[in-house]
Amino acid sequence: MASLILDDIVIEQDQRPLLSLDTTVAPGDVVTVMGPSGVGKSTLLAFIAGFLSPAFTPRGRILLGETRLDTLPAEQRHVGLLFQDPLLFPHLDVEGNLAFGMVREGSRRQRRERIHEALTSVGLEAFAKRDPATLSGGQKARVALLRVLLSQPRAILLDEPFSKLDAERRDEIRHWVFERVRHYRLPTLMVTHDEADARAAGGRIITLGDTP
Amino acid sequence: MSRATSYRFTIGVLPWLTIALLSLPVVSGVLGAMAPAFGYLPVLGGDSLTLAPWRQLLEVPGLADMARLSFVTGLASAALSLGLVVLFLGSFLHTALYRRIQRWLSPLLAVPHAAAAIGLAFLLTPSGWVARGLSPWATGWQYPPDFAFPGDPWGLSLILGLVIKEVPFLLLMSLAALVQCQAHERLKVARSLGYRPLTAFLKVVMPGLYPLLRLPIYAVIAFATSTVDVAMILGPSTPSTLAVSVVGWLNDPSLSMRFMASAGAMLQMLLTLAALLTWWLLERLVALVSQSWWRDGRRQCGERWLGGMALTAMRLVLGLMVAGLAGLALWSVAGYWPFPHFLPWPPTAHNWQAAADDLVAPVWQSLSVAFAATLLSVVLVLGSLEAETLKQRPLRPWAQVVLYLPLLVPPVAFLFGLVMMQAQFGIRPGMAAVIAGHAVFVLPYVFLSLAESYRRLDPRWSQQARSLGAGPWRVFLRVRLPLLLAPILTAAAVGFAVSIGQYLPTVLMGAGRVATVTTEAVSLASGGDRRLTAIFALAQLLLPALGFLLAMLVPRYLFRRRQGLLPRAD
Repeated sequence: MASLILDDIVIEQDQRPLLSLDTTVAPGDVVTVMGPSGVGKSTLLAFIAGFLSPAFTPRGRILLGETRLDTLPAEQRHVGLLFQDPLLFPHLDVEGNLAFGMVREGSRRQRRERIHEALTSVGLEAFAKRDPATLSGGQKARVALLRVLLSQPRAILLDEPFSKLDAERRDEIRHWVFERVRHYRLPTLMVTHDEADARAAGGRIITLGDTP
Repeated sequence: MSRATSYRFTIGVLPWLTIALLSLPVVSGVLGAMAPAFGYLPVLGGDSLTLAPWRQLLEVPGLADMARLSFVTGLASAALSLGLVVLFLGSFLHTALYRRIQRWLSPLLAVPHAAAAIGLAFLLTPSGWVARGLSPWATGWQYPPDFAFPGDPWGLSLILGLVIKEVPFLLLMSLAALVQCQAHERLKVARSLGYRPLTAFLKVVMPGLYPLLRLPIYAVIAFATSTVDVAMILGPSTPSTLAVSVVGWLNDPSLSMRFMASAGAMLQMLLTLAALLTWWLLERLVALVSQSWWRDGRRQCGERWLGGMALTAMRLVLGLMVAGLAGLALWSVAGYWPFPHFLPWPPTAHNWQAAADDLVAPVWQSLSVAFAATLLSVVLVLGSLEAETLKQRPLRPWAQVVLYLPLLVPPVAFLFGLVMMQAQFGIRPGMAAVIAGHAVFVLPYVFLSLAESYRRLDPRWSQQARSLGAGPWRVFLRVRLPLLLAPILTAAAVGFAVSIGQYLPTVLMGAGRVATVTTEAVSLASGGDRRLTAIFALAQLLLPALGFLLAMLVPRYLFRRRQGLLPRAD
């Protein structure tokens, strides 16, 4: 896996700088970005993922190893994105959601087996045919991450992914997510308000809005 | 009665009045058309039930062709419009092009069907602008060629005319639906998983979007299979579509033809129902076939080709609309304009001067009917939406169907029944009946235009006002209405435009006693005077434009010192 390099990034809004950042996220590292509301944390993720609104003007380069990402459309960046809302597609069952994310390799049977293995690995093998709306918050979060992992991303962006989980499940899911991204050696950038998230991630913490 | 009680009473009554205005004319109209279809209409001597009107109808030469034409043109135009809208949204959603087109949607929607159809007819006729633009250098034509277009026997020009009006309607309906189905978020997820924009749209947005567009699409099918004015202008005449023939039979000097016309109106309803049923079956089929496609992991599906096609088709549709309207403007100032000259030269104001006297009465009647129908609709819609807010309960599914009822039942069927009932009960046709007839069609559009803004208004404004001691009327009149003035006026402008464009309710409910710019434009279109037709079609266009202009300027003037209340530039 390659590092995610944010090379001298500056994002402007109405010709005023909103944020600037220059950092590298190594494979398997989880870097947390914190800061008050309106400082541009989610805007940074949108820029990296390829969804920046035209209202913003970005400068600088985003690299994944040798590949320059900021010139590519979102679907060619291979950057997995997890939101606070798991956004499981309601017209597909759990298996369908995972099939949607999975890279199209091998026969249909092999792909189905991979999905089954993935679900088994998180204890959700009995939920393959379930309507996503009937899952608990923690189960949804697991399926959402599995969907991202099956698409074979080269980096992961987490946009306050645990904020909608109840307190009891949050620690468990946090641990599970960080363990997975480290296991796959994916460079991971997480935006959060919650200091407990940052502590659990165990990596560097970047606070935006510290400098004028 | 205390003020609070009067507020609750008024707000409690208005939704039921709305439901009554939408459903009673439709239901009683259908029943009113059904009885004469089986020979029962005492005022015309029909005292017993018989199948004679149906037998007479089935003997009409070309009946099967009429039905086929209505069925095919209705379904084809709806399918083409939906296909184009879906491909365009899938390829260009959230792009600068999409935002540009979005800005033009309301003005395009305000163009009455008949005006758009007349513009298109002027464009595509053998001596029209397209032929002139290509002649003689490309075609070699020194004289207009001899072909029947518009009015071709296959209904192609009719399909085209319907598509150019249905595309803006479906696009506008999609705007709110896209927000409701979280299109933006779904697209983000799918694209971050490697899906190209169009494939992502088709696989994850459409399954959420389509259920929200279902009723508008059914309304489009019902309109397209039963339109009268557009079919009179662009459709073939030997035979014409079924709806046009039914209106012809109804206007036949022989009153006995009304029994057969009733049977024709019933047949039209069955035909529209059959078209809707066919569409529903196609829906099921597509949903079934799509199941495995959604999850097969393919991340692209001919994006470039389909996107290019959507862009070309959208440009063509909008271009035809704009060029047609420009053609109307030229014809209205054309003196002698021989073929193949591209422009009339010199332009003359004589046509307008000559038509001025003829315009006054129809313009006045159009304005009166549209103003009254819109006012009635706005009051009822505000009452219904306020009741929804008060009860904190969204519109129930059955109420949504009632809202769409006048758009789902072919107008020729239920308006015809209302005319029969007018005759039976001795009610004089005239202005009041026309206003009520227009309101039935205006109300759903006013509701659809205003509902989103009304529901999105932050409830804390009202809570704040109530906590400051304001009663419910005061909160409604002094807080909610001013905050919502801009969307209310826009919805009123939409309703006004819908009323100006109504043809059938004016002709049938007015029995020829109310002449509007639309009825005049449609009847002129089948005659030979293009200059006069163009002037009436332009008048038909200018009145809604005036409504939209007022809707835009009034809030800007009233709130010129209140920045927070001014509509945003985007």
